[in-house]
Amino acid sequence: MAPARDRRTGFSRRRQYGAFFGWVLAVAGAVVGAVLLVVSTVNPGAFGMVRMAAATITAPVSSVLGAIVNGIAAVPGSIGSWIDVHGENATLRAELKRSRATVMQARTIVYDNHRLRQLLAIRDRSDAVVVTARLVSSTPSSGRRFALLNAGIVQGVRSGMPVRGPNGLIGRVTEIGPIAARVLLLTDPESVVPVRRIGDGMPGIAAGRGDGRIDVRSAERTNVRFAAGDMFVTSGAGGLYPPGVPVARIERTGVDQAVAIPFATPDSLDFAIVQQPYMPLPPAPPAMPVQP
Amino acid sequence: MSQIDYKPFAPTLPAGRARVIPWASVMAGSLMTIVPVVASLPLMPPMGLIMLLAWRLLARFSLRPWAGAPLGLFDDIVSGQPIGASMLLWSLVMIGIDLIEQRLIFRDFWQDWLIAGAALAFCLAVGRLIALPLRAQVDGMVMAQILMATMLFPVAARIVAWIDRKRGPA
Repeated sequence: MAPARDRRTGFSRRRQYGAFFGWVLAVAGAVVGAVLLVVSTVNPGAFGMVRMAAATITAPVSSVLGAIVNGIAAVPGSIGSWIDVHGENATLRAELKRSRATVMQARTIVYDNHRLRQLLAIRDRSDAVVVTARLVSSTPSSGRRFALLNAGIVQGVRSGMPVRGPNGLIGRVTEIGPIAARVLLLTDPESVVPVRRIGDGMPGIAAGRGDGRIDVRSAERTNVRFAAGDMFVTSGAGGLYPPGVPVARIERTGVDQAVAIPFATPDSLDFAIVQQPYMPLPPAPPAMPVQP
Repeated sequence: MSQIDYKPFAPTLPAGRARVIPWASVMAGSLMTIVPVVASLPLMPPMGLIMLLAWRLLARFSLRPWAGAPLGLFDDIVSGQPIGASMLLWSLVMIGIDLIEQRLIFRDFWQDWLIAGAALAFCLAVGRLIALPLRAQVDGMVMAQILMATMLFPVAARIVAWIDRKRGPA
């Protein structure tokens, strides 16, 4: 490409000043950017309002796009299921017959459990569902792992509420807007979840790695062996996540630290359930009377 | 475009709209992050930055030297990076390209591609260092992202060249 002659401002004072202020503004933009970056590093929630204002517009758009994509993607599946619906029907009937005994047994266990808990007078904290909504988009180009939930203040979502999917824990709400909320996913490098192992209840900590997997570390003891296939659920420690929600399964054997794969694979999520924090925060202290 | 259908006197867009189009196309690139996918890996290349570089390198007067800051701020708002990260990096890229341009006067597309690749690598690598703690295991993915973004630059350059031809002199 030939050099641009337009760069030369000539003798016109107007053009000279215009070019000069363009440069000043460019450097000023970089400086303002650096200041904003420092502010948002020190206080990550500082610009949540701005982000959620944008999300209020983008979330419905993503939601409609997602509905269209899902509708188109469902066509081959519907045709396929139409073809093998008879065979599937027979299989399901046979399976229902086989599992009836197990269901009866499970019902008995649930009833017993309920009765025994009443005997022990264990008060279960609220695990009330606030809203069930879809995760409509995420941050595919940034290393941070956030997702946008299609529900906000209007639907009763508040900051800090845990979010779970049908298969396991997804994350927690970090920022809220009128009709959208930002969810910090389990796999984000800043996410930490207290967990315990199914079987022996060994406590641990599940921290995101940023690559779609989770690091599980032992919390209390050292020299703990993690076997491949060990499963972890939330422990309820800290009071945010309700206990017993499946979190992850260990991928490779390790000592004191192991890589785990989360149960809820967010790229195939259909619905996300927002729940109340397991133990609600204590009420704010009453305002001190102002001394005259 | 062949020489035969070259119409030098065909009406072009009015100046105001012609000036808005580069901004709008960069913002449209940034808005690619609202695609309805919940990605578990950060693999999408930064489309807004690719468009910005294509405009800056192919049509150098289409964006003012200070355009990096507002466009970067918009990208930060929709991309999930901490606010200010792209604002700073995109401004630095705009200034850096200006400095390169003063020294490397006659450029070919290959040099443009090299500059764009270096700028993309700079922005993605520094953006990773800013946004994520060092223990995060995303370095391989950032490399893949840099590679994909660099490979996408010629496509963006084609799009920008096409829009630029339609819009006429701003």
